[in-house]
Amino acid sequence: MEKYLALSGLEPLYIHSDSNFVNIGERCNVTGSRKFKRLITEGLFEEALEVAKHQVDGGAQILDVCMDEGLIDGVEAMTTFLQLIQSEPDIARIPVMIDSSKWEIIEAGLKCVQGKAVVNSISLKEGEEVFKKQARKIKQFGAAAVIMAFDERGQADSLSRRIEICERSYRVLVDELNFPSHDIIFDPNIFPVATGMEEHRRNALDFFEATQWIRENLPGAQVSGGVSNVSFSFRGFDRVREAMHAAFLYHGIQYGMTMGIVNPAQLEVYEEVPKDLLNCVEDVLFDRHDQAGEDLLEMAERYRGQGKKEVRDLAWRDENLAQRIEHALVKGETEFIVEDVEEARQSLGSPLAVIEGPLMDGMNVVGDLFGSGKMFLPQVVKSARVMKKAVAYLEDFFDHDSSKSSRAGKVLLATVKGDVHDIGKNIVSVVLACNGYEIIDLGVMVPAQKILEEAVKQKVDLIGLSGLITPSLDEMVFVAREMQRQNIDIPLLIGGATTSKVHTAVKIQPTFSLSPTIHVLDASRAVTVANKVLGQEKDKFAQELAKEYARVREGYAKKQSEKKLRSFEDANKHKLEIDWTNYKPVRPKFLGVKSFTGINLRELRQYIDWTPFFMTWNLAGKFPRILEDEVVGEQAKVLFGDANEMLDEIISKKILDARAVIGFWPANRKGNDVIFKTESGENIFHFLRQQTQKAQGQPNLSLADFIAPHSAGYQDYIGAFAVSTGHGLEAYLNKFQKDQDDYKAIMAKALADRLAEALAELMHEKVRKEHWGYAPSESYENADLIAEKYQGIRPAPGYPACPDHLEKNTIFEVLNAPEKVGITLTESLAMDPASSVSGWYFAHPESKYFGLGKIDRDQVKNYAERRNKPLEEIEKWLHPVLRYNP
Amino acid sequence: MMNKESIQDRLKKHILILDGAMGTMIQAYKLEEEDFRGQRFKGHSESLKGNNDLLSITRPDVIEAIHRAYFEAGADIVETNTFSGTTIAQADYACEDAVHDINFESARIAKKVANEFTKAQPDKPRYVAGAIGPTNKTASISPDVNNPGFRAISFDELYHAYKAQAKSLIEGGVDFLLVETVFDTLNAKAALVAIDDLFQEGVKKVPISVSGTITDASGRTLSGQTPEAFLISLMHIDLLSIGFNCALGASQLLPYLQVLRRKAPFYISAYPNAGLPNEMGAYDESPEKMGEQVKTYLDLGLVNILGGCCGTQPEHIKVMADLAKDAKPPKLNDENLEA
Repeated sequence: MEKYLALSGLEPLYIHSDSNFVNIGERCNVTGSRKFKRLITEGLFEEALEVAKHQVDGGAQILDVCMDEGLIDGVEAMTTFLQLIQSEPDIARIPVMIDSSKWEIIEAGLKCVQGKAVVNSISLKEGEEVFKKQARKIKQFGAAAVIMAFDERGQADSLSRRIEICERSYRVLVDELNFPSHDIIFDPNIFPVATGMEEHRRNALDFFEATQWIRENLPGAQVSGGVSNVSFSFRGFDRVREAMHAAFLYHGIQYGMTMGIVNPAQLEVYEEVPKDLLNCVEDVLFDRHDQAGEDLLEMAERYRGQGKKEVRDLAWRDENLAQRIEHALVKGETEFIVEDVEEARQSLGSPLAVIEGPLMDGMNVVGDLFGSGKMFLPQVVKSARVMKKAVAYLEDFFDHDSSKSSRAGKVLLATVKGDVHDIGKNIVSVVLACNGYEIIDLGVMVPAQKILEEAVKQKVDLIGLSGLITPSLDEMVFVAREMQRQNIDIPLLIGGATTSKVHTAVKIQPTFSLSPTIHVLDASRAVTVANKVLGQEKDKFAQELAKEYARVREGYAKKQSEKKLRSFEDANKHKLEIDWTNYKPVRPKFLGVKSFTGINLRELRQYIDWTPFFMTWNLAGKFPRILEDEVVGEQAKVLFGDANEMLDEIISKKILDARAVIGFWPANRKGNDVIFKTESGENIFHFLRQQTQKAQGQPNLSLADFIAPHSAGYQDYIGAFAVSTGHGLEAYLNKFQKDQDDYKAIMAKALADRLAEALAELMHEKVRKEHWGYAPSESYENADLIAEKYQGIRPAPGYPACPDHLEKNTIFEVLNAPEKVGITLTESLAMDPASSVSGWYFAHPESKYFGLGKIDRDQVKNYAERRNKPLEEIEKWLHPVLRYNP
Repeated sequence: MMNKESIQDRLKKHILILDGAMGTMIQAYKLEEEDFRGQRFKGHSESLKGNNDLLSITRPDVIEAIHRAYFEAGADIVETNTFSGTTIAQADYACEDAVHDINFESARIAKKVANEFTKAQPDKPRYVAGAIGPTNKTASISPDVNNPGFRAISFDELYHAYKAQAKSLIEGGVDFLLVETVFDTLNAKAALVAIDDLFQEGVKKVPISVSGTITDASGRTLSGQTPEAFLISLMHIDLLSIGFNCALGASQLLPYLQVLRRKAPFYISAYPNAGLPNEMGAYDESPEKMGEQVKTYLDLGLVNILGGCCGTQPEHIKVMADLAKDAKPPKLNDENLEA
């Protein structure tokens, strides 16, 4: 008789071999959804529940919940979220998939669900003993389990390895543990096909055959997988990818696949895939002949070409003039805008009338659509490009005096002193300009005095400060203080990645009482905020704002007093205890420094983590799923297409120069310092230690813990790196700035940033495999790299594990980075060019990323002594992580 | 040690009768505060009247008499007087320290009476079910409407409380454990994980039964599960029986029992209330009326274990025992059921 998998939330879910494909809702995942991550990080669990609700309404049959993120307390977040779900019968209706790579989170999850859940996932990766222990617990709690085809030797990448691992897992589970066979769900690894690599040719077929083998030989077990992996090498060719997914799923189901993480709404129907394309796809999936991959690539080009050459609908050209201008603005089409505004100028009689008439009307439509969520940021930036082009044309017709019209208001924007990051600021500039604001953009690294002088001289209505690195937060406080001192009564907007409402309310607003200070969460809020600050009800807004920020301050103070810190002495006692006696450090292939220039950009491309790229454009969602997202998918696709087009150009014309410098040195830990030996003698990396009160058995981490102490009796090693893809960017940008093309300028910067991160990823892989060589045979897909599955870490100063930017000085000095690769440090220790990454390499298997959290005066004092710097200076650098007010 | 037929074997051949209400019977004794206190709790800080479980220590004669009355009425199984025998429930009376004795003594008394009856009538062996109630707190629901994420009790707290109770019951000699009146499946899971751990730690292994409660006409448990979801949540354990008790009368319970009958690979139990509460809040359905409804259970082949909950008395049990005496017990479903 047939066995089946039965799951439950408040209601049952049965999965038979002939059930329809089971759809697993994937958005309640902090690594997959930016929005969800933000909500969880900010503790907005009630709103996070809406995400879950949306999944269920959208037809999810199982709800995946994942809280695996370095800065989130996964156990607590999983517990809280699952308990809240329970209070929403509409959500709790369906079974939960407790998704984590950390066993303690899985266990915490199991203690919160009354129904029969699915654990995702366990494997033989850490050996049979751990596997058995975990499986026993899962069985005891009554959950089903996803088993990854992964063992001590790595992830299964051939049919025989898949069979070997799945069979072994199954035998252990069923024969030794009496684990119910129908509660086993195998994930035998879907890998990309048609990558051009000989060894990937059988990837789909191996999966199919493994699936069939599992279903035939391992009775009861189900098969699942992440389908979109298979088409990974066809990113940008959506038509082909959809066809591949449809065909893969169609055949996968025939071979016995029963469930998986796919979005059924986006799946093309198998029968509707054009026959020629389908043939090509199936040739590849089944590895029917040697040419299959190349044929599909060729076919893909054709389908991409076809998509582009679609007959353009020019019907809008027949509409009246105002409608044509509106259309051009909304659609971001520049082709006819000059001839249209010229026609308007002639009929209206003055260039100003054109700007204030049809152009502003059109931009108002854009503003409304954007405000109501019907347009997305990249589209608005394109609209602005059209607007700028139109205005630039009309400017030639202005009399000298009449050129400035009365607009919504004048806004001064600047990236503060010491900081070179400006993508976000530029987006804000465009969005505000689109909404009738006149923008005075002072650029990057702008000293406070310059900002204030210009603001007074130009009589601006608003000042917007931007910054990305943490020292910029203090610079913003300084600007605010100066405004107070110099009696400058202009509202202040604060924005940028490290800024927050809490920081603004706690640190900036109290120093400046003459006008409101407002934190702007992202570019999309800029217009609303500006309108409110300057609008008719501005006084009321200011009052409400003051009240709100006072509440934020109270909440912060309360939280601070609740959060207990350990004394530094006690924290040191709770350091991570690594078993150094059984560890043998691998000696790097060279000691000292090596630099690399002219790195092939083509090679870098495949290492790009696209998710943050979309974040830059305020599009939330994890790549590649974002391309299929219901809300932003279309826009994401357009953006992705444009990005790849530009990337093609950057690569083929070698526009950017990729450079890297790495170094390795013998090193040992001493206290919280790492002493390392360079050619010119001993040097020290200084590290900080977590002081938060941890649960029993949880260590207070410091990066220093990952290096063997002197007492281990042998030499350990530490590495460092600095990479950049920013050289060449300025010249490239000039072209766009000349064309007033903000869209492309922002795109180019965003891509350079991504390439820098990709370069860091690539170098790290090469370090692990070759230059240091402690993991010579590792083999990961890009998605795994992004998920940081490899051994060892590369933390960067200024980031959560080590918020102290001062360490960059040491890294740059020992790498000789300015000379070797042309990266320098600003006074705030930002790297110039901006598209650069630097940090350390740690090789120990237990090394991991973590957040330092708040630290107390005792440690800061000790740290200042170790660094031999005045306490005040150290406190200035560490300001954002201080528990106390210095 | 008596050598009696195992309950598993007995269930193959007979529909077994469980006892009726304990509380209703105790009320009839009109006990006072001093009865509950006895010698041992004479100086106890809190009022103890109403802490029925304590009577196993302070008035064992009463509990013994009640068990006897049910066995005489024809019951095959009596439940220990331990519905509230966890540290969590006993905290209301500040009697956490008495938890071991409550469970151990309750089991011992019930076993003593059962052995007497088995000895007198060896062809009708009697059994003792160690009753494990739901506690008065729920792990899946917040008691604070303004704070839905709050929980008055955690899984781990429940786990430890249940573990202590189950251990004492087994040591006291129960034939099987009955995790009953389950209004929140997560509470039950904590109990079941705790019991499983006990077995692994070397405590004598006994069969386990579970009985849930369908709160009202919504057809769901208090924590919101349908009978099917409830079953699936617990099906990973090799249960002796699964079923429903309390909250509803026999006829209202019928459709939910049918679900279990169709889907569960275990024996099915039912011990409904004596109807729905009347306007005074009392359960007063007559034995005859209840008998008619229970007969439908038998005609449909729904149950293997049958008894009564709130308001049922030895008269009700006698009617059921007479009805079930010659009825053919339903067979276990094959393990592979249609979904």
